[in-house]
Amino acid sequence: MRIAIGLPSTVPGATAHSLLTWAHRADAGPFSSAAVLDRVAYDSYDPFITLAAVAGVTNRLRLATNIAIGPLRNTALLAKSVTSLHTLAGGRLTLGLAVGARREDYDAVGADFRDRGRLIEQQLRTLRQGKESIGTPGAMPHEGPRLMVGGSSDEVFARMARLADGYMHGGGPPRALARAAEKARAAWEDAGRPGLPEIWGQAYFALGDDDIITAGATYLKSYYAFVGPFAERIAAGLLTSPQAIAQLLRGYEDAGCDEVALYPTSGSPEQLDRLMDALAKLGVSREPAS
Amino acid sequence: MRIIVLGGGPAGLYAALLIKKSQPAAMITVYERNPAGATYGFGVVFSDRTLAAFQEADARSYKAITESFVLWDAIDIRYRDTMMRCGGHVIAGIARQRLLGILQGRCRELGVELVFEHEIADLSELPPHDLLIGADGLNGLTRRVYEAELEPRIVLGHAKYIWLGTDKLLDAFTFIFRENEHGLFQVHAYPFAGERGTFIVECAEDVWERAGLARATEAESLAYCERLFAPDLAGAQLFSNRSGWMSFPTLTTRHWHTGNVVLLGDAIHTAHFSIGSGTKLAMEDAIALARVLEQQPSLPQALADYQLTRQPVVQTLQAAAAESRVYFENMKRYLRLDPPQFAFQLLTRSGRVTYDDLRTRDAGFVRQTDLAYTQASGAPVASALALDEPISTPLHIAGLTLPNRVAALAEVATDGHHGLPGPGFEADFVAAAQAGPALLLASPVAVSAAGRVSVVDAGLYADEHIAAWKGLATQARAAGATAVGIVLSHAGRRGAAHAPSLGDMPLPAGSAWPLLAPSAIAYEAGSQTPREMSEPDMAQIIAELVAATKGALQAGADVLGLHMAHGFLLGSFLSPLSNRRGDSFGGDIQRRLRFPLEALDAVRSEWPSERPLLVALNVTDCAHGGVDPAEAVIMARALREHGADMLWALAGHTVAGATPPYGAGFLTRLSDQLRNDSGVPVMVGGHLTNANAINTVLAAGRADLCIASRAMIRDATAQLAPRQRAEGLMEQNGRPVGHRVKREVIA
Repeated sequence: MRIAIGLPSTVPGATAHSLLTWAHRADAGPFSSAAVLDRVAYDSYDPFITLAAVAGVTNRLRLATNIAIGPLRNTALLAKSVTSLHTLAGGRLTLGLAVGARREDYDAVGADFRDRGRLIEQQLRTLRQGKESIGTPGAMPHEGPRLMVGGSSDEVFARMARLADGYMHGGGPPRALARAAEKARAAWEDAGRPGLPEIWGQAYFALGDDDIITAGATYLKSYYAFVGPFAERIAAGLLTSPQAIAQLLRGYEDAGCDEVALYPTSGSPEQLDRLMDALAKLGVSREPAS
Repeated sequence: MRIIVLGGGPAGLYAALLIKKSQPAAMITVYERNPAGATYGFGVVFSDRTLAAFQEADARSYKAITESFVLWDAIDIRYRDTMMRCGGHVIAGIARQRLLGILQGRCRELGVELVFEHEIADLSELPPHDLLIGADGLNGLTRRVYEAELEPRIVLGHAKYIWLGTDKLLDAFTFIFRENEHGLFQVHAYPFAGERGTFIVECAEDVWERAGLARATEAESLAYCERLFAPDLAGAQLFSNRSGWMSFPTLTTRHWHTGNVVLLGDAIHTAHFSIGSGTKLAMEDAIALARVLEQQPSLPQALADYQLTRQPVVQTLQAAAAESRVYFENMKRYLRLDPPQFAFQLLTRSGRVTYDDLRTRDAGFVRQTDLAYTQASGAPVASALALDEPISTPLHIAGLTLPNRVAALAEVATDGHHGLPGPGFEADFVAAAQAGPALLLASPVAVSAAGRVSVVDAGLYADEHIAAWKGLATQARAAGATAVGIVLSHAGRRGAAHAPSLGDMPLPAGSAWPLLAPSAIAYEAGSQTPREMSEPDMAQIIAELVAATKGALQAGADVLGLHMAHGFLLGSFLSPLSNRRGDSFGGDIQRRLRFPLEALDAVRSEWPSERPLLVALNVTDCAHGGVDPAEAVIMARALREHGADMLWALAGHTVAGATPPYGAGFLTRLSDQLRNDSGVPVMVGGHLTNANAINTVLAAGRADLCIASRAMIRDATAQLAPRQRAEGLMEQNGRPVGHRVKREVIA
């Protein structure tokens, strides 16, 4: 199982310097990708612009949206951003798309929440055409971005199997990931796709003293306030020790996860050090993942 | 805070006592229209998990409740005058009256005001209050008053049931099935206190009409049931308590609160009695409500949190209850099963209990099932000491005997070229064979170049293809597969697509080939509109199918399949969504069947009768206006009459994106319906990932043959790899026999 580093692009107050430092240092670490989340109506950076900047300070890491909310964006402009970013990054983009769950993000951009299912299908089709789609950079690599789909409704798995390369899970205990992965594999096989779908997981961490942990939990409760009391459960899943990280990685790997993104709950680069220490203790090499 | 609770059932009393406990300053009054000691209904059941929540919420009432429990661990199934007993299930029952007594006592102890025999006819009669809790049941006043705000919906079940009591000494949760001249009746009975038990009788509506129960008085109904179940009651009596025949009302409510009014229990949701959860849900609602009121100082926010927390949980349980209700409504379907299989089917109906679970609970019960399964398969029982599990039991179809019940599906579209299976395909095919499936299937295999889904699809329409399949079949048998099958298909309007490694994407206009279909309707927006087939086109397709059948015979295939599912050409004739023809090949089910049956007749006349012919059929299109299971059963019978030996149950893909909800075993409910309603043997896949899942499907009679998931096949191949590798190397002059093995050599 590969480990992706989440960037603090949705942690309120994260500076440009801290974001790019994270990415630059992670490029030399044991991570396979740098991943970002997407919110509109929240103190955060745009995922595509962030990854474009990250592309400039990294050489090796793949760049992943985990996920970007497709239907908030115009399809043609989304395709333009995606193919440009993929080209500028030398073919390193993994594009996770989903419809998201936050009504207020749709209201903020004036997008139609009810039309989100149709829109994302159209976007996946357009992106799937790769170089065949209109107006892509001439220098775009032959292989397009890896397309991933996130979400939890029944339609998501059929959509993933028809139009994407894999599934991005939204976080939770290993059992939840295992169940979702099972749905993804069932859909994949039913659609006659060869091999197995790629499966991504994600989790949040806060390593250090009680203040850091409390701040991490407070951030998660604010970020997920829209889900009501469930935010408490998400905050309770925060990984606050190397032991908790070890258990999650083990559980996810057993559940058939191919790559897990670990997200910080603070923009301080010191969190990256602590994570790399923890991973080193788990036997994950400090050297770049091959 | 001034709180009024309408309804003194378990929901209202429990909410009152828990809120009073956490907020002693709150003034709480419960209004109940009946006297304190009166109750309707008999016993209530709880699982151990529910009890843990009670203990946490209020230890005192928990203690009193558990002290009054009747506990039992067995489920008895009486069917065809035999009794199957399965132990190891922990269930607890209590008399409803006793439960209410405990909760009333606890309310008084804490200072909740209880007002009995006080019917509220109008909410304006109520004294001033800050919060109104509607716990007044299914037909309660609160929901009726706020109907517009709460948006309730009631759906009635198709069966009729009556809630009775009995003095029969029950020592287990008991299901009884009895057929008489009017039809099938079933009983759900369980003990709850001393010498009393709950005895619910249920039957289909037409049976109820025929039995004259629609017009029967309460006493006549009671007498009818006593007569019918006399062998089971063995002298005991049935009692009624204002009992009448009802259709089960399933209530769902969109909003659970409005202003300062909040509802709980039966007033906002009901769940079919067969999963025994009404009281459990109501009391869990009360726990959640008391908790949010304690934690959240703002009342509107607290009520919003209550709904956010509880509604998803209740919806999940209501979905399970709905499935269970439909299951019992269709019980007649399973009357062809012998008693052990019938009992196994019943105990695993929810999909949450498996073969291994039952073996842990009651090994003896599972041994009985295994024995009956082996005997039914016609295999000799060599020793009762070492019984085979259903998965290892042989299956006879036509003249073929498969040594076990596992089929494997090879990935066909890997690297074909002009329909010729390439080396990648060969490697996959042989690797799958190494796992040792009884039947290795290649599907779909195109009958013409134009009949391929994508350019990399394998076909069977040229001499070189026949030679290639012959080689593949020989290799597969040598590697471990008992029989090899080829499923012939024409893609129809789903053709001219990109390689499946890319997903479901049509080829650009420049490289696409023209498509044929029953009607000129594109598979989805943006894909090519096919040409409506003429009769010469149909003759051409049949000629291609016949030629491919001869090819499959020459190639030495043991089983031939015909693909009539997933929106491919023959399947698209069957579905009204893709077949809009006005001639004799479209319209009602018989007309839509006409061309697929002609194709089957032509193929069957070429294919030797001792070799099985398999037909892939959609049990449902998963789309409004498409094929549904009832229609699929009619099709199944017709296909059987025209020579199909076995059906392969599939679903969806007739319309792009329309599929069943995915998950482990997602097709087995459909295969169950197809097999048991039509009586035709059925093969099913749908992501069966381990032997336990397959044993569960087989033992319950949901299918006769199971397709193992790709991951299960790979795991099995990997386990066998060291031995197979050595043999393979010897047999094939050092040529590695599969990419899986190759990878391991590299590793």
